[in-house]
Formats: sequence, structure tokens, C-alpha cells
Amino acid sequence: MDFLLDSLISSFMLVASLDRELFSVVAVSLKVSITSSLFASMIGMPFGFFVAIESFKGKRMLITCLNTLLALPTVVIGLFVYALISRRGIFGPFDLLYTQKAIIIGQTILIVPVVATFTIAAISRIDDRYRKTAMTLGANRFQTIFVIIREARFGIAAAVIAAFGRVVSEVGISMMLGGNARGFTRTMTTAMALEYDKGEFTLAVALGIILLSVSFGINLLFHFFQGRTGQ
Amino acid sequence: MKRKLSLIMITVLLMVGMITTASFGEEKIIKMSTTTSTQASGLLDILLPELEKDTGIKVKVIAKGTGAAIRDGKDGNVDVIFVHAKQREEQFVKDGFGTKRYAVMHNDFVILGPEKDPAGIKGSHDAADSLAKIARTQSMFASRGDDSGTHTKERALWEKTSVLLKSTTTTIVKKGKETEINFVQPEGKWYMSLGQGMGKTITFADEKQAYTLSDRGTYIKYKHGRKDGIDLAVFCEKDSLLSNPYGVIPISKEKRPHVKYGLAKEFADWLVSPKAQSLIANYKLHGEQLFYPDAVK
Repeated sequence: MDFLLDSLISSFMLVASLDRELFSVVAVSLKVSITSSLFASMIGMPFGFFVAIESFKGKRMLITCLNTLLALPTVVIGLFVYALISRRGIFGPFDLLYTQKAIIIGQTILIVPVVATFTIAAISRIDDRYRKTAMTLGANRFQTIFVIIREARFGIAAAVIAAFGRVVSEVGISMMLGGNARGFTRTMTTAMALEYDKGEFTLAVALGIILLSVSFGINLLFHFFQGRTGQ
Repeated sequence: MKRKLSLIMITVLLMVGMITTASFGEEKIIKMSTTTSTQASGLLDILLPELEKDTGIKVKVIAKGTGAAIRDGKDGNVDVIFVHAKQREEQFVKDGFGTKRYAVMHNDFVILGPEKDPAGIKGSHDAADSLAKIARTQSMFASRGDDSGTHTKERALWEKTSVLLKSTTTTIVKKGKETEINFVQPEGKWYMSLGQGMGKTITFADEKQAYTLSDRGTYIKYKHGRKDGIDLAVFCEKDSLLSNPYGVIPISKEKRPHVKYGLAKEFADWLVSPKAQSLIANYKLHGEQLFYPDAVK
């Protein structure tokens, strides 16, 4: 138990001392995760919306495929993107590997299925009568879409929260595509993996506690956002 | 019916699991934390089967950075450590965690660089001077940055140069007491501290066309051992500062009573025996000798 207490105190001290390295790590983590969540939302939400609203052949199969992609291991994505952007790969000349951009690309691929499936679930749950009522009341296509989205906003917000949680906590992609370079691509999770490798467990756990606190803060923001629109 | 069947299957599986673990328990098995270089170079694949033939001891190998391996030893998670950071090993023995450091072998470090050689260090035999030139030309340098034996060596080399080093101190709490972790390294956009193993660091350096410090074994493995070898070449070698001694240390029974000291000592004694030493001397990877025995001349 001493060990956990030590870690807890250390994490407080790290925050209190305004450790520059710590802030750089947290900043890189947040920047990368938020950007990839945004990109994934921009792709996954319209896609999920389309799949949920339209009926077409193979829809169920597509949803099953999307659900399968939820289990896509980060190392697989890491390898795939690595092969493409490595110096010897197709996109080699862009010098993307071991940059924050590379992590964002990988993480976006990771969570597009998350956003899409959550959106599908959220939209499908909305009673079809909303759509019909809106249309009988003379709503045009866009107004109808707006009504559906407004009804499904909790589920859609959950999609973004889940996606953000997935990327801020993943380590495979960040390590493989970011390279854990100090001050450039070192994120909270890769820093933790490193401290573990170095045998500095206390610091690793301290970072873990900080990661959880930061995530808690982000989720609080979401909570207020959801609450406000709920009224 | 189906449920009954699955119940039987689970029982059978559990029993198989129990039987296999039980049979393992009777064998002579020790756990060893070692650096990635001994495993990645393939040396252990030659030594361990011979060890088992001679003594019946099986070794469970856990490959990590030297820092983590030493930590494993301190915590008593393993019975023996096989690492390369001489000063820290001696400290480890002095602190009573290990009984004795057996000098097993050494190999050497090399400074690798890209063909373009922006720092102009090709053919150098002065490691400190080479690093100083890399710093002066702001050529990209990839550092292990993981507190490993190689990283320890790299820091020692930087301290031999006149390059301005920046020291970062992080205060953490250990056993209720405040402890400081020091981190000394050059500062600048050209210096990439990765915190990864040797193989990853070489790949990174190759990808970014940067310089790096590597042990020769891992370098040869990455240069000649792969279909699509790396482009980096050796630019600085054969400086006495670049020597890299490996030691094996059994964990002390006094500090950690549950370790298998007897077997660990038998293993260490075997490693410095003439037979093991000649195995080490004769081990070649892609035609190059990697390790030089230290116990028998």
C-alpha cells in the first residue's frame, strides 16, 4: 500500500511543482487525442447517421463489420500506418513517421468505427415517429435531420466521449507511430510505459493518476455540455 | 447436455493446466532479468540450451533495459540479473542486493550515422569528439533515453564533451521520503530522447537519418540480419571509452529470502566456466564476433 500512497503524493507534487516535462507530456496527449477525436467525429458521425437513416442492402453486414472493427488492435493500425508512411513507404517523402501527425492519423483510424457505431446506435434508438411527425408538421429534409440529431444528442455525445477515452488511453499507436520522443511525441501513456521500463513505478503510477484526473476534467466538461442542452 | 459437455471440457482444461504447472515445479528453473542486447543478439539461444545440458537448469528470460532489470533484481522478482552498467552493478552488490558481480564478457559500442554524415565524423576513434561535432552541427541524434546500460554509457560520453548539458530534476516520493531523479542531457531540437529499446532506437535513427549510439551486436543484427537492412553505418568505433562490459549477479538470499540463490550461483559459475566462455568467444553473427569473454583469457 505504501507504493500507492507514494505514487499519490508524487503525483500531487508533480502537479504542484508545475513540472515542465509533465505539462509537455499532458499537452501533447491532449492535443493529439482531441484532434483525432475531432477528425473521427467529422468522418464517423455523418457516416453513422447515413447508415442508421438509410436502408440499403447489406446494412446489417456493414454494422457487423463496424462492430468487429471496434476490436481492431492498436498494433495492427500502427503497423499498417507505419508501412505507409515510413521512409520506404508510399508517403515516405512527407516525413510523417514519428511526428504528432502520424499519431493523429493512426488514432483517427482507430476511433472512426467507435464514433460510427455509437452514432448508429444512438440514431436507431430514436423512435421513427419523431421523423414522421416532423415531416407531417412540414419539416424539410434538413429540419428532419436536425430533429433526429437533437433527440439523439446524448448518444452522440457518448460516442465522442468513448472515442476520446479510447485514444487518450491507448499506447500502441502512440508508441509505434510517435516514437515516444521526449518533448515531441511523448504522451502520457508512452511516458508511463517508459517509466515502467526504467523501473520507476512510482512515477508511472503518478502519471496514471494524472491521466485519470485529466480525463475526469474533460468528461466534466462534457457533462455540463450535455446537461445544458438537456434543459 | 450442452452445459454438461462444456463443464466437462472446462474441468479437463483446468486439470491439464494444473498437471503441466505441477510438472514444471519439479524442474530446476530460475528467472533472469537481462538487457535486450543479450537476447536480441541471439547469444542466449546458444548458451541456455548448453546450460540445461550441463546443469539441468532452465532459465526464464525477461529482457528489459538495464535500469528495469536492476530494479527487478532489487525487488526480488528474479533470481539473477545479467546486465551491462558496471558502476551501477557494483553499487547493486555494495547495497547488498547481489552477492557478487561475475565479469562475463564485453562487447563494444559504436556511433552510427546516416550516409550523408552531416557532422563529418566518419572513421573517428574519439567518441567524445564525435558527439561534440554532432552537437555543434546540430545533427539529429536519437538517444535511448530509457535509463538503460547504453543510455548510461551515452550520458557518460556527453559528460566527457564540453557540450552544454541540461539537468532536469523530478522529485518523487519513495517510502515516504522525497527522492530526486536526475536527468542530464543536451538540449535542442536535434536531440531526440526516445525512451525505447535499442532496436527501436536504431529504426528511429534510420528513419529520421539521425546519429545514435548502439551496441555492436544489435547494430549487426539490424544491418545484416534483415532482408531490408538499415542504411546507417558505423562512423565512430574502437575508442576505449566505448567498451561495454557485461556482468552477472545472483540476487542475495539475505535481502530477498525467496530467491533460488543456489541455482543462480550455479548459473553464474557456469557462465564464467571455460566452456561457456569459449561458447561466447565463438559466437558469431553474420560472420562477426560480438562478445569477448572476460573471465578466461
